[in-house]
Amino acid sequence: MLAETVSHVDPTGSLVPAPYVVVGRREEAADVVTLSLEPVQGSSPTFRHGQFNMVTSFGRGEIAVSMSSAPGAPGPMEHSIRRVGAVSAGLCAAPVGSLVGIRGPFGSSWGTDEVEDGADVVVMAGGIGLAPLRGAVRDLVARQQCGRGRVFVLAGSRSPDQILFHEELQAWERAGVHVGVSVDVGAPGWVGVVGVVTALLPGAPFEASGALALLCGPEIMMRFGGRALVDRGVDARRVRVSLERNMQCGIGLCGHCQLGPLLVCRDGPVVRYGGLADELFMERNR
Amino acid sequence: MNEAASSLLSGHAFLAGFPPEAVELVADQAELVSFRPGALLFREGSPADVAYLVTTGHVAIEIHAPSRGPLVIETIGAGHVVGLSWAAPPFRYQFDARAIDHVEAVAVDTASLRVALAENPVLGFLFLDRLTAVMLERLQATRIRLLDLYGATDAR
Repeated sequence: MLAETVSHVDPTGSLVPAPYVVVGRREEAADVVTLSLEPVQGSSPTFRHGQFNMVTSFGRGEIAVSMSSAPGAPGPMEHSIRRVGAVSAGLCAAPVGSLVGIRGPFGSSWGTDEVEDGADVVVMAGGIGLAPLRGAVRDLVARQQCGRGRVFVLAGSRSPDQILFHEELQAWERAGVHVGVSVDVGAPGWVGVVGVVTALLPGAPFEASGALALLCGPEIMMRFGGRALVDRGVDARRVRVSLERNMQCGIGLCGHCQLGPLLVCRDGPVVRYGGLADELFMERNR
Repeated sequence: MNEAASSLLSGHAFLAGFPPEAVELVADQAELVSFRPGALLFREGSPADVAYLVTTGHVAIEIHAPSRGPLVIETIGAGHVVGLSWAAPPFRYQFDARAIDHVEAVAVDTASLRVALAENPVLGFLFLDRLTAVMLERLQATRIRLLDLYGATDAR
């Protein structure tokens, strides 16, 4: 039986960033860069799908970024970062060979290692929200290829040129995974779906009973996505969302990321939708 | 009665839950059609006298802009209906509809259907109720897209 609440990793991450060297840099879209990072000393810490690190751009500041690679996968740890402010712009501009700071890993995980054999997993992502799910999807694709249960990937994007991990989405599709992509605004030559990401649900033939659903993206997208999944028959308590707040300390001390009863850096970012996030999403003045 | 159309219509999501007489009424005005990729189902400004209940493939709802070509507003897939302009005056299509891939659909003569529904207000209400739900769903989806959810919001 899937655990009702996702357990947490003991937050032993230091408050002092460890230096990591940028060993790879890839432009994913016009404003998204994936950095491949290796520690200057020792090896990368183990982490779980959905967890995040506090990543420092020295001289600018620190932001929370989820890992976009899979735990235990060969090669360096990866973070996909969207350029939206001074810190993220500094990280996106970090050249190969430069140093960044890492604290972590922090927070809860998607819990995909606990899903029962045979159960379908639905992954719904919007925009940069595909990054924190990418590592989990990689392992879920491997799970499907072992016959242990199917995975359905539904990804929404602003426009065709903003679709993240385009080649990887195609590779997953070639591997037999149901992949649906929608864009809000089409472009010349785009023959895919134009519409909201929930418009992809009717075409996804998953078995709702027993399914696990993972959502990451703008909060409004997760609100509507969660409702649509529940309407489709997925148990609301088996829908998980990744919350985003102003994470600073990463270990539940400073309180900057408080959301109702939660300290998102410690109790999240991944939380249950049914009976928790669905109610928090509807609160005002928070 | 068009048996082939009736069979497809009884399993189509747009008519889910409708009584058999309502499905038969639609089937009486229906024929099966298919479109090659790129083919136009209808053009903006033409009389909205056919609605397409898509059974296979995807249809792009487009509008043509000078110097920009066709702009896709929305994609409609199997289980949905293309061509809602028959429901209200001036009964003209407001956009182009083009097959993205191979499309199969049940084409319903809505000019005849309008007359039949006017003579049977109970079934007429049933259709109006369903059309309202479809239009509401599309309006809400359009509003969400207007929010530009994936645009930059964070300052860090």
